[in-house]
Amino acid sequence: MITTNEAGGTLAELPRLVEKCEAVCLDFDFKTVSDWKEKNPGKKAFGFLPTYVPRELIHAAGMLPVGVLGADDSLEIVRGDACFQSYICHLPRSVVELGMTGRLDCLSGMMFPSTCDVIRNLSGIWKLQFPEKVSLYFDAPQNFDMQIGGVFYRRVLEEIWEALLKVSGVAATNEDILASIKLYNENRRLTSVIYDMRSARPWVAPASEVYILMRAGMQLPVEEHNAILTRYIELIEDEVTAGSRRELDNARVVVSGSFCEQPPLTLVRTLERSGCYVVEDDYMMVTRWLGSEVPSDGDGMHNLVQAYMDYKGESPAKFVPDGQKKGTELIGRVRSTGGEGVLFAAPSFCDPALLDQPMLQEALDKEGISYTAFKYSENTGQMQPIRERAGTFADTIKLWGDA
Amino acid sequence: MKNELDVDAKPVIDKEQSMLVQKKMIADHFTKLTQAKDLGKKVVYTFVPGNLTELMLSFDTLPVLPEINALQSGMRKMSGEYIAEAERHGHSEDVCTYVKCDIGMMLKGNIGPTGQKIPDPDLLLLSYTGCFTFLKWFELLRDRYPNCPVAMLHVPYQGEGEYTPEMVKYVVEQLQKEIIPKFEKVTGNDFNEDALKRLLANSAIAEEDLVWVLEAAKNPISPIDAYFGGVYYIGPIFTSFRGTESAIEYYKQLRQEVQARIDAGLGPITPDGPMEEQKFRLVVEGPPNWTSFREFWKMFYDEGAVVVASTYTKVGGVYDRGFRHDPDKPLETMAEYCLGCYTNLNLPDRVKMMADYVKDYNADGFLMNSVKSCNSFSSGQLVMLREVEKLTGRAGGFIETDLVDPRYFSASNVKNRLESYFQMLAQKKAGPLESAEEVTA
Repeated sequence: MITTNEAGGTLAELPRLVEKCEAVCLDFDFKTVSDWKEKNPGKKAFGFLPTYVPRELIHAAGMLPVGVLGADDSLEIVRGDACFQSYICHLPRSVVELGMTGRLDCLSGMMFPSTCDVIRNLSGIWKLQFPEKVSLYFDAPQNFDMQIGGVFYRRVLEEIWEALLKVSGVAATNEDILASIKLYNENRRLTSVIYDMRSARPWVAPASEVYILMRAGMQLPVEEHNAILTRYIELIEDEVTAGSRRELDNARVVVSGSFCEQPPLTLVRTLERSGCYVVEDDYMMVTRWLGSEVPSDGDGMHNLVQAYMDYKGESPAKFVPDGQKKGTELIGRVRSTGGEGVLFAAPSFCDPALLDQPMLQEALDKEGISYTAFKYSENTGQMQPIRERAGTFADTIKLWGDA
Repeated sequence: MKNELDVDAKPVIDKEQSMLVQKKMIADHFTKLTQAKDLGKKVVYTFVPGNLTELMLSFDTLPVLPEINALQSGMRKMSGEYIAEAERHGHSEDVCTYVKCDIGMMLKGNIGPTGQKIPDPDLLLLSYTGCFTFLKWFELLRDRYPNCPVAMLHVPYQGEGEYTPEMVKYVVEQLQKEIIPKFEKVTGNDFNEDALKRLLANSAIAEEDLVWVLEAAKNPISPIDAYFGGVYYIGPIFTSFRGTESAIEYYKQLRQEVQARIDAGLGPITPDGPMEEQKFRLVVEGPPNWTSFREFWKMFYDEGAVVVASTYTKVGGVYDRGFRHDPDKPLETMAEYCLGCYTNLNLPDRVKMMADYVKDYNADGFLMNSVKSCNSFSSGQLVMLREVEKLTGRAGGFIETDLVDPRYFSASNVKNRLESYFQMLAQKKAGPLESAEEVTA
């Protein structure tokens, strides 16, 4: 039954929209990408891994940026396991599996950011296993002085830009970069609006829906994704008016540590079912990196450099410079979203996230913010232990949170 | 006279004279460290790959290398306790055990390998070269020493298989604008380029002798073991002594010892005496296991396997590819050194290096020692194995251990794998097997 609300929208449209996005984010045959290429003859797609890459440059070069974030729990890993020892995280296995089974044939190349040693070495594996494909290593600076790290970063972007143009065969200009910046500014703005809506009313914009929406953006063209996010915001506003989504007595938690290998969608849903409202997370940070507004006039490349240098967000993949205190940003996110506790959810064998944890936990201790921790893999199948842990944590917050 | 009935007596271990010299160098260094505050010397914690020893010495500071402390703790059977202590303080069982060993050692009083307390750092020199975990490690140390400044040197990775002039420039600028000013501030001394140049010139002399020693393994009877012995040979030049007169003397002496063994047709000295028969010549990739170092080595020399080249002995510099510190361009040469360290090479280049070693050192095979702790080394080694096999036609072996976590060294498993591997090599050396059809006939 379709219910028309006062705002004129249809409540049934919301689940349809989410369903459509879910199909995209669980599309590990990358049909979405192939379809886009069919509709845009002669155009190419270019993949990237977490955490951050300048998607604007891929887009401006006339290609579709495609986030390759693994394969959830949907893919049997055979060839990928033959490339990695048991103590390496799961993400590179599924990425290799996707590559070796031809699922990534739709991509003309891949960009591997300097997230960790595993992704760094995966760039070399790609060169060895797929010599016909372009494999770019994206080495973002850890020096945030514009005159030092900024100069180096400019050169990194210029080299990446040259390589991308060579792949796409497009003679793109600064104007194209500026146009792409505008589109991604809008994408970051809409993402920010949705995150704010979720932290304000997580029962109306639940974490699993937001996750699905954002992950769909890893495959969809930014123009289409922006339209989806815009429509989602409208539909959520309608939902607020209609009041059909009921608030539960859940604990408001912030998820930290899932910045690279993604949890399976089931796990994201399990957290909600266990009594947690996820009001903030660090999933797919590429959608939120650089803050909201990168200047879209003048020298586009310079604007991207400046925005990267100025961005103060913390990530396990980023060195916290001298003078800043580790965990400050996490505490800020807990406070600004009304979080009542932190769920450290890190992938197994993820050195950056797991090495961060003791420091972040110490910072939370000093602020009296409670937390719990568990590990996952993208193909984690057993949800009961996680549900029990998260549920107990939520109960603890509810029972003794104000004590 | 040795009492043959004294079952508790420690086995007599043959040591080369150069080993004793090195032991004294290390002991003297730790003595200086314990006296650092009294002597008014500043203490700098830093890492082996991409270390800036000459710069540290030019400022008259004393280096402390946490990885070396960790491996020494491993060899002294202390690392298990330290790791457990770190895990009790919330560190995951999944992460780098060097880090946990170091943190655990600090939690237990920071007593170094000589039994003396290691002084707190005056500067944390984070040379981020080829290992992402270094970033986290020094964030953790900064948490423990909140008043200690961090000088952060970001060394770009050779993602495309080479370093570019822009990368060199980036590192040099960090040295000029970040690193040297922090040294000046911490020590109260001005940067002394002449002193740095003198140290760099000394480095080049020692580097020349080190390369000669490593390449001595090309002899039909290798006078060295380039892995188990090699880790001792790289000790002074990879740590606190590069650039010093004592390092020059050490390598001169080492070279003479190796020359003497070549002249006498002798193999390397093992803990059980000179190695006699050399049945298998191997190239080894990856760091060794430190907690059962001698047991591990014995598994090789008992089977007549000598390591003729290893990649681990290049983590602190790939001198055998021609790099020498150049005193005429002091900052550039330090930048190039950092950029060129083994773990900063991309996987195709690491494959090439191993394949070159197999050919240049006439190896019968190669072995990957994959350590759980080190993603920088280990991630991708299974792919490397297949690639090196393709390039060389030689058989590769694969074993798994850890750096300093004794829980991850399973002697029987490692021994079984090695014995099977050596049997396979022996069969290959014996010539092609008869085909099944011929055997049946």
